[in-house]
Parts: sequence; structure tokens; C-alpha cells
Amino acid sequence: MSDRILFNAIQLLTVLVFAPLASGVLSRLKEIVQSKRGPSIWQPYRDLWKLFHKDEVVSDRASWIFRFTPYLVFVTPLFVALLIPVLTDYPLFFAFMGDMLGGGFVLALGGFFATLAAVDTANPYGPVGASRTRMVGFLAEPVFMIVFFTVSFVAGSTIPYIVQQRWVTPRANFVAPSHVLLMLAFLMLVLAEGGRIPVDNPTGHFELAMIDDSKSLEYSGPGMALVKWGAHMRLFVLLCIFLNVLVTPWGLAHEQTLGAVLLAIPLVLLKIFGLLLVLVGIESSLSKLRLFRIAEFLGAAFVTSVTAMISRLFSF
Amino acid sequence: MITAWLQDLNALAGGLFLLALFGLVATRQVQGCLRLFVALSALLAASAFLLTAIYGVLDLAVVGTVDVVTKAFLIPRLLRRALHDEVFARREVTQVLNVPTALLGALGLAVAAYLLSQPLLRFTGGGAVASNLPVGIAGLLIGGLTAAVRREAVPLFLGLLAMENAAFFAGIGIAPGMPLLADVAIAFDVLILVFVVGVLTRAVQERTGTTEVGELILLREEGAR
Repeated sequence: MSDRILFNAIQLLTVLVFAPLASGVLSRLKEIVQSKRGPSIWQPYRDLWKLFHKDEVVSDRASWIFRFTPYLVFVTPLFVALLIPVLTDYPLFFAFMGDMLGGGFVLALGGFFATLAAVDTANPYGPVGASRTRMVGFLAEPVFMIVFFTVSFVAGSTIPYIVQQRWVTPRANFVAPSHVLLMLAFLMLVLAEGGRIPVDNPTGHFELAMIDDSKSLEYSGPGMALVKWGAHMRLFVLLCIFLNVLVTPWGLAHEQTLGAVLLAIPLVLLKIFGLLLVLVGIESSLSKLRLFRIAEFLGAAFVTSVTAMISRLFSF
Repeated sequence: MITAWLQDLNALAGGLFLLALFGLVATRQVQGCLRLFVALSALLAASAFLLTAIYGVLDLAVVGTVDVVTKAFLIPRLLRRALHDEVFARREVTQVLNVPTALLGALGLAVAAYLLSQPLLRFTGGGAVASNLPVGIAGLLIGGLTAAVRREAVPLFLGLLAMENAAFFAGIGIAPGMPLLADVAIAFDVLILVFVVGVLTRAVQERTGTTEVGELILLREEGAR
């Protein structure tokens, strides 16, 4: 019993501690690909440290939503981390509290409040980014739905642990067309939801072209730190879902011992590093899409996911 | 065990074939369309080789080889030689339908193809036919849609070639012992077709300065620009 509590705590701490590292490695790799040196991989931690030690400025026009949002943005990815297999391939306490759909809704809650907070302070760029995020969000929604439908058709459940056990772990299913196409569709979703390059430029500083970042322009000090940390963790959790549930459920702890769980941490980080290399490849070889082309990108993701579904549904 | 694995791979080739067809409907750049066509041909050849192993019919391996040589190497070379480089660098700005609508249409056609092939598959049973036949039918329909939706000469023509590819994709699944001579003859036919269309497109471009054949529905005076 106390073991389980400890494992859960380790799972949360992994997400909390290593999420900024993943973002740092990603940006460093991107700079290296562009023949630059780039910031240290520890830079996100330094940024967070700096921001936590600064004063916060809040507009006197801001309502409670503006103050409340950073905590929500910070907490929601952690909550999702409780529902998904981060380190273990057996379910922990909260595994049956919510399925993938539930996790999606919890993440969407953070996004929803971030949107409200962006509109809250009458900053001119906030609403622009907020409406764009909503646009990307509602175009991504059908893809999410179809992905979950397919997963539930195949595995008979949408609980991440069961999906991973029943469908992805048997090697024979790996090259099934529904699986490969679903991976492709979900990768496109991760790019769109994580605000990565074909959809949004995370390193851009030009407010008019921003999608995700312009929502947090008004924050400063600890509030900004929480929002940033939340964004790092959101990406980390999305990568974890992609890898541990849908693509490579290998290297997760199988025995219920502390050693096995601790050993799983470097293995999972290694897998995430591999995926980051893929992301760097994608981000360095594509350019950012114009705003109205995003519909085409997510349309392609939708078509891919539906193809995955029909190839499963009508197979003999 | 091995056969099941091969059949999974064959089904995967079918899924990717379908995906490349969607790409052919949606890609704006002419160069990208040509690359997708090469991918389609490569996937067709991959399916032919996999079916060789599944059915144990050597004819299919020859079909696959002929397919790689003509469609993945010769046809792109021929098109590139016959046409000006500028044609391939071009982007098609306007389609008859916008891209998301065309994609949704293609998706509807794919679903329809799967539904249409269900009664047919009741007689043939599962296995490789079940993955090749619906993809082939879908390819026929989507290739037709591509030809109807595109306005540039090269993507339009590639849509027609994709239809031919798709017919083969279904064919090698249904009738693995198809007479080899027919396959080779068709491959050469297609090659000559590409040559003729290439020359024709070049002539159109030299006359009118564009390859947007979708725009050429009105009669023009000779020499008028």
C-alpha cells in the first residue's frame, strides 16, 4: 500500500522535475541543427528560478480568473500524469479515475482557463492568440475523437493502461495499418496541441504571429513561472501518452519494486530523447504554416485517423 | 505466423497507399505530387512482392519489378525531361474545390469503397484480398476525384495514373496469376501515354504560357495571350 503511494509520488515527481529538461534538450538540439550553439539544456530551470524570485505585476482590471489560471495550468498536466502510464505498466491508484477522454478534458480545462485569462486583461494580443488557439483546438477535436474511437474499438477500452496492454504490447499488432496510421495521426496532434512548428513557432517573438505564447504575455514573476512550467509538463505528458500508450510501451517497470520503478526513469527519458530527435527533424525540415493552412494540416490528420479506423473496422 | 506477419505488412502497404492518395488530392506543389506518385508506385511494388511471398506466385515479383522500373524511375524521369523545370516548382493556387473539402470528399469515397467491397469480399474470404480490394476501389475513385479537382496538367494526369495504379493494386490481390504479358503490355502502354501527355503539356505550355489546363475551357485566338 505504502509502496503504491511512493510509486505514484515518483511518477508525479518525474513529470514535475524532468519536463523542463525535455524542453531544454529540444531547443538545444534545434539550435545545434541550425549550426548554432544554443542555450544550455538547463536554461528552462534557470528561467523558472529567475521568475519565481521576481515580483509579480497584475493589472488592476484583472479578475480572479487571471490570478487563478496559473495554478490550474500548472496542476492539470500533473493530474493527467496520474491517469497515464508514465513509469509503470501496471495501473496505479488513480488509473481508473479517468480514461484518455477524461485526460483530454482535464488538459482542455487548463487550456480553457488560459484562454479566458488571455481575454481577461484587455491586452490587445491576448484575444488574438486566444481565438487562434480555439481554432486549432476545435480543428484538433474531431481527430482526438476518432483516435479515441479507434482505440476503443480495438482495445475494448479507453483506459490508457488497458490500451497499452491489450493492443500495443503484442508485437504482432505493431505493423497493423490501423496502428501505424493512428501513430501518424497522433503525432500530428501532438505537434498541433504542443504548439510545435508546422502549426506554431514556439521560439517566435513576434506577437502578431503567435498562437500559444501570446496568451501568457500578460503574466510576470511567479505566475509566469507556473504557466511556463505547466507548458513544459503539458508537452512532456503528451509525449508520454504518445510513447507509453500508443507507440513503444517498452522499458516500463513491470515488477512492483522500488528498484524497477527507479530504473524505468532513465529508460523513459531515453525514449523521450529519441522522440525529441524525431521532433527536431520535423521542426527543422518544415516551415510554419500560414494560419489558414492549419485547417489543411489538421484535415490531413483527420483523414489519417479515419483511414486508421476504417482499415480496422472493415478488416476480416 | 510468418504469413500473418506478411499479411499485416501488406495491409500496412494498403493503408499507406490510401494515405498517399489523400496526399495526391491535397498537395499543392507539383513536385510534391510527383513524389507522392512515386511513393504510390513503390507501395504497389511492395504489395506485389509481399503477395509473391504469400501466394508463392513468381509472376507477381516480375510485375513488381516492372512496376518499380517503369513507374518509380522511368515515368518521373520522362515527365521531368519532357516538361520545363518551372512546371514542377509551381504551386497550384486554386483548385476547383478547396483542400479540406476535397479531402473530405476523398474520405467519403474511401469509406464508400470499403462499404462497396464488403459484399464482394463475402465470396472471397479474408486474407490479402480483403486488404487490397477496398484500397484498390478507393484508389480508383480518389484518382478520379483528383483528376476532377486539379487544374494543373501534371497533377491532373497523375490522378489518372493513380487510378491505373489502384486498379493494379486491386488486381494483384484478386488474381495473382494474371497473365504476365498483360501486365508488361500495360506498363509499356502507360509509358507511351506519359510520353504523349508530356509532349502535349509542353506544347500547351509553349502556346499559352501556362499548364493550368483547367483554365483552358474557352476558345482563344491563335497568338492571343
